Amino acid sequence: MMMQIFASTLRVSTPLIFAALGGMFSERAGVVNIALEGIMLIGAFGAAVGTLVTHSPWLGAGCGIGAGVMLAAIYGLFVIRLRANQIVAGMAINMLAMGLTPFLCKTLYDVTGSTPAVPISERFQSAPLYLSWGLVLVCWFWMKYTPAGLWVSFAGEHPEALDAAGVRVNRVRWAAVLLSGVLAGMGGASLSIFLSSSFSRNMTAGRGFIALAALIFGKWKPVPTAIACLLFGFTEAVQIRLQGVILWGTEPIPVQFIQILPYIVTVLVLAGFVGHSRAPKALGEPFRRG
Amino acid sequence: MAEGFTAAVELRELSRRCGNVAANAGINLRVEPGTIHGVIGENGAGKSTAMKILYGVMQPDSGDIFIDGKKCVWTSPTDAIAMGVGMVHQHFMLAGPYSALDNILLGAEPRRWGMIDRKRARARLEALASQYGLPVDWDRPIEELPVGIQQRIEILKLLYREARILILDEPTAVLTPQETNDLFCNLKKLRSEGKTILLITHKLREVMAFTDRVTVFRAGKVTGEVQTAQTTPQELASLMVGRKVVLNINVSPASPRPEPAIEIAGLSLAGEGAGSRHSLSNVSLRVNRGEIVGIAGVEGNGQSELLQAMLHPRDARCRTSGTVQFLNEDVTAWEALKIRDLGVAVIPQDRQHEGLLLERPVSESFLLGLQRNPAFSRWGLLNSGNWQAAATRAMKEYDVRPGDLTMPAGRLSGGNQQKLIVAREFQRQPRVLIAAQPTRGVDVGAIEFIHERIVRARDEGAGVLLVSFELDEILALSDRILVMYEGRIVAEFNRGGVSERELGLKMAGS
Repeated sequence: MMMQIFASTLRVSTPLIFAALGGMFSERAGVVNIALEGIMLIGAFGAAVGTLVTHSPWLGAGCGIGAGVMLAAIYGLFVIRLRANQIVAGMAINMLAMGLTPFLCKTLYDVTGSTPAVPISERFQSAPLYLSWGLVLVCWFWMKYTPAGLWVSFAGEHPEALDAAGVRVNRVRWAAVLLSGVLAGMGGASLSIFLSSSFSRNMTAGRGFIALAALIFGKWKPVPTAIACLLFGFTEAVQIRLQGVILWGTEPIPVQFIQILPYIVTVLVLAGFVGHSRAPKALGEPFRRG
Repeated sequence: MAEGFTAAVELRELSRRCGNVAANAGINLRVEPGTIHGVIGENGAGKSTAMKILYGVMQPDSGDIFIDGKKCVWTSPTDAIAMGVGMVHQHFMLAGPYSALDNILLGAEPRRWGMIDRKRARARLEALASQYGLPVDWDRPIEELPVGIQQRIEILKLLYREARILILDEPTAVLTPQETNDLFCNLKKLRSEGKTILLITHKLREVMAFTDRVTVFRAGKVTGEVQTAQTTPQELASLMVGRKVVLNINVSPASPRPEPAIEIAGLSLAGEGAGSRHSLSNVSLRVNRGEIVGIAGVEGNGQSELLQAMLHPRDARCRTSGTVQFLNEDVTAWEALKIRDLGVAVIPQDRQHEGLLLERPVSESFLLGLQRNPAFSRWGLLNSGNWQAAATRAMKEYDVRPGDLTMPAGRLSGGNQQKLIVAREFQRQPRVLIAAQPTRGVDVGAIEFIHERIVRARDEGAGVLLVSFELDEILALSDRILVMYEGRIVAEFNRGGVSERELGLKMAGS
């Protein structure tokens, strides 16, 4: 039983880790990214459709990533180029994704609820899980030891200093936002063609926000963030495991109550532990020279 | 001027408009290599604009820049630094959580296999640091380092990029007297190593003591360029302001009345955490009506805490023991609003954070704290007519320029922001005036004005507590001087009873 929950924890954490790493690049560079939710959702859709068409999970995931990057580009256009409010624009992106995916589903397959199932042989078995942890290490190394990592940090902490040092701040931010599109798109793909067998309506169910919570809990650092993702993944695994189990009396706990678990933990973690977590200083502030 | 050298920097007929204002109208400036060249002028005189153009963050509408006799056109600070021109900004370009090393090498990272070669950078920096005598702890996060060291890091950043021409914008605004001294020693060292330094400031004293030549700006033009050795502070001040300025106003002797304005007894504030030093320990002082008591001291010796404790005595974060009385009322348990209604005017230490609504119209900043005054509000509604009329009148009387009430307060120059605060606070007919750093970052003309007003308030019977880090200001205005060191009052002098040197020693704790 413990082994099962452990294995399940690792699996359900995978989309969170991708999305949280994506969020990390964007937020470390100074761009709030509540659009993660919408990017994941469209990534999940793109990956399901892509796999149904190409019969390869890798090509499918590529489609999911492509869809994520496109949505991230729209977000970047608003918040970097046009300097819109990042929360409002992010929310708009989420709504766009929430409306667009059932619409496209209806157009392609004549149902709004979900895409047809992807056969098991064409789905990912475990690759995204290994990939996500590999990426955690790569991101850690990259942020710490490469010039580009330092630029991302300064773009979010003190963009004027980066500009004065001769690096174009908004270019760094663009790269970071597009990269968050890649990673959140991959997070969505691992939801639809790794954890389940098809895209279904609003299947992210707040995972983009949970990834953001993990990012805050992990102090915007790759390794602690991934560990925070594991914590949230664990509550989800427990939740799945508890469904239909009779803990006391004769009736199982209503499934709706059990499904609340990950969200309650998110709220508790954010409310209780995060007081001391310090966000990048220029987070949420559009950059303009002079 | 002497023509026998190739100027390290030459600006020729530089012009630039900002909106409707000609920020620079035909600036000419020549800087001799290997000198410290002062650039002075009031806020808004155009010196910052000229420097922004010189280091590439702004482009001129017309005119040319020559570096070592070569004409340069640049579109970004990167171009300027490539030609050896670098700037130390007034607000440091440093990110707090990152190490000194990372802050310096940002944008000029030595690489090895695509990674930052921190070892190589450190070796080079250590060589530079010992060559110029600027030691720094490379691995500590910036935010843990004192301001003087942060500034040193900014200078090293330029040396690391091989800058030969260093522009320093108001470098001493944030420094303690000790740090200021260190800075100027370092600048002299840099000069002797052949660097050219442009020093932007409005402190005449620094210009007189440390520069070789001075260029004076006023209203977008250069009004004079002189050899420092052949000029006087008075001459420079009138070049800056365009009229004769009284540098040290003559303060008539006080005629203090016996009634106390401020009485503080045994005021203490325990430090955070067990065993730490008290931020305030057992401070007692008395200010009578009709006198100015100056608190001298190096920044960070409890002055801010004292002010907070006086205005928020009931807040346990501001006061742990002791009593505060204003005008014979024990206010220790009172709220700030009630205290202020006694007739206590405050010029806050940090005008931008504590004194003004930067993004809102000037008229709203004017109303701050006066909103409950029956002249301006009734039944919880503002009387707009009275309020605007009073604001307009006050803007005129206190010479706040421009007198546009709808302009955001943040767009006023520093001097005018401060005059706005003085105008507001004096609406109360103060019986007590607490003035903290009333002329910090304010130009000469406004300093003169504010000093006059403070003295006038005294003569009208207010008890004035003046906190300042500027010795000149303390010595000029105070009828009595108290020295604060490490959270206590360590000495007291009467007007004329102490030399600058002696005061300096007391401030340093000896």
